[in-house]
Amino acid sequence: MATSASPVPAAAPGAAAPDFEALSVESATVVVQPSLWQRVRRNGSVRLGGAVLLLLVAIALAAPWLGTVDPSLFDPASRDLLPGKSGEITTLEGETIEHTFRMGSDSFGRDIYSRVLYGTRVSLLVGLFTAVVAITFGTLLGLMAGYLRWLDGILMRVMDGLMSIPAILIAIALVAMWRGSLLTVVIAIAIPEIPRVTRMVRSLVLTIREEPYVEAAISLGTPTWKIMLRHILPNTVAPLIVQGTFICASGILVEAILSFLGVGLPPDIPTWGNVMAEGRSQFNEFPHNIFFPGIFLAVTVLAVNILGDGLRDTLDPKMAKRV
Amino acid sequence: MFAFLARRLAATIPVLLVVAVLVFLMLRLTPGDPAAVLAGDAASPEQIAQIREGLGLDKSIPEQFGIWFGRMLHGDLGKSYYYKTEVTTLVGQRLEPTLSLTLITIIVAVLVAVPLGVLAAWRFGGWLDRTLMGFSVMGFSVPVFVLAYLLIWGISLKLGWLPVQGYKRIADGLGPWFIHLLLPAITLSVVYIALIARVTRAAVLETLGEDYIRTARAKGLPESKVLMRHALANAAVPIATVIGIGIALLIGGVVVTESVYAIPGLGRLTVDAVLARDFPTIQGVILFFSVIYVVINLLVDLSYVFFDPRIRY
Repeated sequence: MATSASPVPAAAPGAAAPDFEALSVESATVVVQPSLWQRVRRNGSVRLGGAVLLLLVAIALAAPWLGTVDPSLFDPASRDLLPGKSGEITTLEGETIEHTFRMGSDSFGRDIYSRVLYGTRVSLLVGLFTAVVAITFGTLLGLMAGYLRWLDGILMRVMDGLMSIPAILIAIALVAMWRGSLLTVVIAIAIPEIPRVTRMVRSLVLTIREEPYVEAAISLGTPTWKIMLRHILPNTVAPLIVQGTFICASGILVEAILSFLGVGLPPDIPTWGNVMAEGRSQFNEFPHNIFFPGIFLAVTVLAVNILGDGLRDTLDPKMAKRV
Repeated sequence: MFAFLARRLAATIPVLLVVAVLVFLMLRLTPGDPAAVLAGDAASPEQIAQIREGLGLDKSIPEQFGIWFGRMLHGDLGKSYYYKTEVTTLVGQRLEPTLSLTLITIIVAVLVAVPLGVLAAWRFGGWLDRTLMGFSVMGFSVPVFVLAYLLIWGISLKLGWLPVQGYKRIADGLGPWFIHLLLPAITLSVVYIALIARVTRAAVLETLGEDYIRTARAKGLPESKVLMRHALANAAVPIATVIGIGIALLIGGVVVTESVYAIPGLGRLTVDAVLARDFPTIQGVILFFSVIYVVINLLVDLSYVFFDPRIRY
């Protein structure tokens, strides 16, 4: 009672009243520009794609607690079950437990629901790593090509050659050489993406290095590496984020294609591509073995692409106009 | 014109050379010993050494490249480890299905995508435009093989309209040939349609803002003529470019589509060769696809002169 009766809260509205008027006058004359982050956050595509992607990340992280079993578990008694059917499955300890196969089971008696949910982890990781690897090497090469004139010609010819070989063929050939593992698959998918990043960074460097502030830095005797890090690299961040999102989407797609063709990750790793590859021979009777992972794959790639579209519109308006 | 042709051809040669080096290195940096693969499990070390010598694998890498490159220029891509025949023969045998599939796909895609793109630009922001843009993002996101199975399930298994799988040669009659290729071509064309329609829309949208469009409309030309003769004709260069660049996408799609539909073409050959670690065949097919891609884009560049008489180089 003592606090509410104190004069301070009663005085506050009265004291604020003149301030209010001053504020309204100000807001009528000053147009407050939303910050870049605000514009990104308010973009509908970013929100939609980001929300779906966050949901998928949550599924990937929470996979063990979403009614799944170990994705490598199988039981001969539970082969080829239709979605929603109950059956038994043998745990690693050898005991048999009752389990509901929400998305059915494959011809080994493995739970497709568990394999699809755990597959989310693999796909998201492959997408993320592919983007990071391609952006890192592409940026490094692009900075070098844009800044070191003697290297430019030869490097860009190699990139032209690399771009002339269809991406999936490079990935397939490299994985065939190295045998599939998470690392080799990521590198094999990232390599054909590098030339596009290199080209983009190089052209940005060539534009930015003509800017007065870079000329000023050069005339002040700033070492080249410092100019690259402090003046050129920050200007490439926005386009690189946009590019990275699209590389992530295509990385997820290519990994699924490689696994589906049987040349990607080893079949015991639960990936969407592998689940679909296993479902191929029985497609006529059990189309859901392909459709469930297929839906997850399509929705994931769609979400990343939509996010990328939104980021491009807000972060990189120049590029948005071109497409 | 001839000077341009010569210059453009000269610019293509280094690209092809780099492609050759890259494809060669892909094989030579293999951890395994090709001679041991070729000799089989029962071979003695002497036999393997003999095969290695026969393949020229005992020479230095640059020397090997020289020999390989020289043979390649003579049309000799080496012998398949798995099929035990010349790679060029193998490619020749598998050419017809792939060529048929890609040609039908390109024709279907261009016939669908260009009008859609023009209409979307014409009614910018309308329902067709929004649907098309939504469809094109979907087209980029739905994997080819998921789409393939969806179509097989719906059109072949449920409705029974088209055959599920397989390929019929042109020699067996045009009807069966076309029927067997229709579903694969539709599958393959979706991503290509998405790409071409998007670029057509953007290019036509840009030309529709030009002064000559206003003039054409002011002098009372029918809208169809304004769109086709003035807007689309002036947007032809970027559309031709994306059709050329999209060939890379198409080649990737062919590898997947042929596997799903059991079409014995070059894409299927690629996958089979990779599964069998048949390196000369992998090398040959990649080289073949890449040369085709480079040559098509060279032709696209040359077509600019035809589409836009202002371009004289």
